Amino acid sequence: MSTATLAARHRLAERGIDPQLFLLIPATVFVVALFIYPFCYGIAVSLQPAQGGALAAYRAFFTDAYQRDTIATTLAISLPAALFNVLAAVPIAYRMRGRFRGKRLLTIILVVPITLGTVLTAEGLLNFLGPTGWFNRVLLSTGLADRPVTLTHNYWGVFFSLVITGFPFAFLLVLSYLSGIDPSLERAAATLGAGWAQRFFRITLPLLAPGLATTFCLTFVLAFSVFPSAILVGDPSGSTRVISVAAYEAAYVRYDYAAASAAAIVMGAVELVVISIVLGLRSLLYTGSTAGGKG
Amino acid sequence: MTGFETLRLDGVTRRFGDADALTGLDLEIRRGEFIALLGPSGCGKSTALNCLAGLLPLSDGSIWRDGTRLDTLPPERRGFGMVFQNYALFPHLSVRNNVAFGLKMRGVPRAQARRRTEDAIRLVHLEEHAGKLPGQLSGGQQQRVAIARAVVVEPSLVLMDEPLSNLDAKLRLEMRTEIRRLHQNLGLTTVYVTHDQEEALSMADRLVVLRAGRVQQIGTPEQVHTRPANRHVADFMGFRNLLPGRSVDDHFKINDLGVRVSGTSVGEIHKGDPVVAAIRPEDVLLRPGGFEVTVEVAEYHGREIAAEVRTTDGLTLHLRTSQRLAPGDKVGVDLPADRLLVFPA
Ligand SMILES: Nc1ncnc2c1ncn2[C@@H]1O[C@H](COP(=O)(O)OP(=O)(O)OP(=O)(O)O)[C@@H](O)[C@H]1O
Ligand SMILES: [Mg+2]
Repeated sequence: MSTATLAARHRLAERGIDPQLFLLIPATVFVVALFIYPFCYGIAVSLQPAQGGALAAYRAFFTDAYQRDTIATTLAISLPAALFNVLAAVPIAYRMRGRFRGKRLLTIILVVPITLGTVLTAEGLLNFLGPTGWFNRVLLSTGLADRPVTLTHNYWGVFFSLVITGFPFAFLLVLSYLSGIDPSLERAAATLGAGWAQRFFRITLPLLAPGLATTFCLTFVLAFSVFPSAILVGDPSGSTRVISVAAYEAAYVRYDYAAASAAAIVMGAVELVVISIVLGLRSLLYTGSTAGGKG
Repeated sequence: MTGFETLRLDGVTRRFGDADALTGLDLEIRRGEFIALLGPSGCGKSTALNCLAGLLPLSDGSIWRDGTRLDTLPPERRGFGMVFQNYALFPHLSVRNNVAFGLKMRGVPRAQARRRTEDAIRLVHLEEHAGKLPGQLSGGQQQRVAIARAVVVEPSLVLMDEPLSNLDAKLRLEMRTEIRRLHQNLGLTTVYVTHDQEEALSMADRLVVLRAGRVQQIGTPEQVHTRPANRHVADFMGFRNLLPGRSVDDHFKINDLGVRVSGTSVGEIHKGDPVVAAIRPEDVLLRPGGFEVTVEVAEYHGREIAAEVRTTDGLTLHLRTSQRLAPGDKVGVDLPADRLLVFPA
């Protein structure tokens, strides 16, 4: 390269312009075309209802309790499911952070549900937990219950489905965060007199907490957009009438695209609020290096 | 934590798979001693230390504190302090809280814990840095935090795994003195791992020299320095000239040297046995009338010249001298009999 172009490059770099940044263009175009444009389009559609002012679709959503309550319903399913996934992943990943025989097999078993897809999971749940499924048959035959326990076509069906599909994500993420924590930190704590609980709660957990917040956000987003399981193993006209069901009905039952878009935008906004709160709390935590020293 | 009079290691052995990392380590540590575990990389020093600390279970053998068996206790119940090779400071806790951690775990009353923490921080001269996180400290400062954290609980034994290996030469010298001073002032008992023979000699009361997981020699710095137990220890202790030969009468014949030399035998040597004669470069004397040698390489080391020379018979020797030498010079050298140690090969 000639010295002139090199000098020009240095001058550009000084102003924060790096020619290699042009490599980002394809990715940027992709993101704009697939996410930003539909999002803006959705906002535009939601602001152009058939009748009423620009905000009529939103006003309709929030004044109709049947629509408005879907927010609470969705949160009531997705928040506990996400929390459960994260909290269940922590002890299991913690036990599995070292090396042991059979670790790979166990990991595969724990992660396989990702590949099943929601529909297969739902079918399995219906067979297993349904009124005549194995679970109830065992309960009835052992006399633990005198009539079948309803675990499908209600809140619990959706909850179980979200746990089955969301847990592997949470587990893999937590496992990778845990293996990033220097094992000599816990050993140092042990030589200083800390038992396992003190080691976990005072050393590992604080270092893991930011990772848990991120994991929670991801599993929450997965759970929040629950649609197939809400219909298949839930009670889509009652206790599991989530926002995505409301948006679907507006679009394909009532053909009211403004209302459907408004529901979708509300959904995005609620997600954004929850994630901001979680990430805001996360920024209060220690988020630096998890190594024990230099060298 | 209760002190002890003696800590006894009885055939401490650790295997990884079918490889022996440490074999039959017998050692008695008396209260107040400074013991250095010395040996080349991979010889089992860290393994020995981790076995003592309880971080590695033993494959065989036992550890006794006075009359009580120790190797079945988990690390948190042994009451030893440990300084890790990478320091292992808690990155989310300030220097002060790192140091206070052990006191908190032991349930020391708050006021007393605060006073002892501040004392320990002052001891390692980190008063201005007490509020910082470990990531905001230099390597030397982190190392001092690690030491303060280990000694603040007044452990009955302090274990240090090459704590100075990451520091620059000047800081290493300073910290050497510092650690030795702490050891004396606080009346600690210390086991210190290093692969640096100079460090071990200058700091320890007794050295344990390891090689391939086995103890080669246990002795005072002077014993190990002047009378290494075998050729491996000699090699490790700076006897750079290791000359294979054979014992003849009460003299030794070195293979590549035309003449017989006399030396001091270490261990049992019979006439005709193959031997290795060892001498330090600084003990090789320049003397007109000795063997004639030609200087091949001369390195300037400040006050001294380190030279590689070759005899007329083709034997290469390393020597150190204050005389100015240049490649090609012809000089006479002598191997003093009391400095030439002869080991069974
Ligand atoms: N977890 C392990 N699994 C298998 N082998 C191991 C393990 N830890 C150590 N070893 C082996 O045991 C031997 C002794 O290791 P150790 O760490 O005690 O050496 P060291 O003397 O501390 O060396 P260094 O000076 O390089 O730190 C080495 O050969 C090493 O390869
Ligand atoms: Mg080591």
